[in-house]
Amino acid sequence: MTIKEIQDSIVEDFSMFDDWMDRYAMLIEMGKECPIIDEQYRNDQYLINGCQSRVWLHAELRDGKVYFTADSDAVITKGIINLLIKVFSGQTPEDILSADLSFLDEIGLKEHLSPTRSNGLVSMVKQMMLYAEAFKSIS
Amino acid sequence: MMDVNEIRRQFPVLDQQVYGKPLVYLDNAATTQKPLCVIERERDYYLHENCNIHRGVHYLSQMATEAYENARRTVARFVNAKEAHEIVFTRGTTESLNLLATSLGRLLASGMSLRGAELSGATWQSTRRPKVLVTAMEHHSNLVPWQQMVQLYGGELLVAPMDDNGVLDLQAYENLLKQSPQIVAMAHVSNTLATINPVKEMIRLAHQYGAITVVDGAQSMAHLSIDVQDLDCDFFVFSGHKMYAPMGIGGLYGKTAWLEKMPPYQFGGEMVETVSFEKTTFNKLPFKFEAGTPNVGAALGLETAIKFIESFDRKAVAEHEEALVAATIAGLSKIEGMRFIGQAPERSGLVSFIIDGIHPYDLGTIIDKMGVAVRTGHHCAEPVMTRFGIPGTVRASFAVYNTLEEVDILVHAVNKAANMLR
Ligand SMILES: Cc1ncc(COP(=O)(O)O)c(C=O)c1O
Repeated sequence: MTIKEIQDSIVEDFSMFDDWMDRYAMLIEMGKECPIIDEQYRNDQYLINGCQSRVWLHAELRDGKVYFTADSDAVITKGIINLLIKVFSGQTPEDILSADLSFLDEIGLKEHLSPTRSNGLVSMVKQMMLYAEAFKSIS
Repeated sequence: MMDVNEIRRQFPVLDQQVYGKPLVYLDNAATTQKPLCVIERERDYYLHENCNIHRGVHYLSQMATEAYENARRTVARFVNAKEAHEIVFTRGTTESLNLLATSLGRLLASGMSLRGAELSGATWQSTRRPKVLVTAMEHHSNLVPWQQMVQLYGGELLVAPMDDNGVLDLQAYENLLKQSPQIVAMAHVSNTLATINPVKEMIRLAHQYGAITVVDGAQSMAHLSIDVQDLDCDFFVFSGHKMYAPMGIGGLYGKTAWLEKMPPYQFGGEMVETVSFEKTTFNKLPFKFEAGTPNVGAALGLETAIKFIESFDRKAVAEHEEALVAATIAGLSKIEGMRFIGQAPERSGLVSFIIDGIHPYDLGTIIDKMGVAVRTGHHCAEPVMTRFGIPGTVRASFAVYNTLEEVDILVHAVNKAANMLR
């Protein structure tokens, strides 16, 4: 699926609920399904700054596509990073870099996160873009 | 009996919905809400009385000056200070502590001994290397200013440990006093653990070893009766906004003898007596420590907040808050994996907890959506979190207007969130 198709399906999933509790329940489920970072990368070097809870993110390039793994000590945070992973993992660096991020506004995630969490979200996206940028230059 | 519903009517902010649920405000240790009388006092000041103080010859200025000095007298009476000039208005606890650390640090560096000779009869010792003793449960505001001060002058910070319940180890504390710190800074009530420290005994011991004492009363002013003469502390600091007063006002109590000796903290208008390009002499107490235009309106609000607190039977309020704490502990302890952080027998108006396998931040996020406002995180006391090996806690903290129904909502919300998050 393309990034756009995945984004659309996430927006659809979120719009099924009108209660934010249910959306959080969905994020929590996503958190539990997050592709977990290999233990060797679960260290400060892979820590993302700007989150109240800790988030580690790793990426590798296989056959021209970027694959992300992550972890967090808070499950909602893990749900948020997994949501981003669902969108960006398995895509080419070019597609990631040119992705439209407006789906985050469409699902209303940003405004329903506390400011610290929403800063965290921005940091996560930024870090993913940095990975894509780095892979683009070597591939 | 206190009529809590009547009290709640004085706090319009409580009467609102968040995310479609009634607001349950349990973050009072961070800041309390303000009663109408306080809001109106400050508003009135700006409507009818606003003026810069201590300078004008005109009517309004004189009235404002008098009102401001009356507020000072009210604070002095509230903490039972001997003299009104022993109360210095500041922005709050943090500024008071920075004032103390800076000024006492300079005093020490000047070669002036701080070891409490005149005041406590201990031996005079001259040293330029400051040593400050704090407890393991300090808020960053009562830790970092001292740490930075001792580092500046090549001194040392000593830390008195506590046990797993969050009770200070008094024996270890006394042993550390034998290392001759000049200053001992202690929380009256811990903002993370709820522990009420035995400050009177700690002060007595500190004086016995010749140290002067600073009590951080940020979390005690709204809940306990404060008598600085009975405590015999050398300094006591507090924030208005944690005791129903506006933000931006707080204070510092200091014994006259020390305040006289200490150099000013900030320089500028108001705090001077005569100024030439060569030399400045400083104003008398307490103005020496109040550089610049103060927050007069907030000081008047603080005075009103004190009168608000005094309008209740304080024993009844204390019992009410104890009942809230007890009900919270009883309700939460039924939840699987519940761990209370801070279980001192002597405790004040808050409950800190974590649940096994659940990040406090997640829990706080979910119960927020149910209308319950609590604080999560390290509560500006990172060393406390490190001590207990946890990333943070969830903290419910109470004020006079909280109800047992709100405790039920909290317990229910935590239960539901825990089930979602597990
Ligand atoms: C024990 C303690 N000390 C100091 C402070 C700092 O108070 P303020 O931010 O009002 O200066 C707080 C408030 O969080 C506190 O709880």
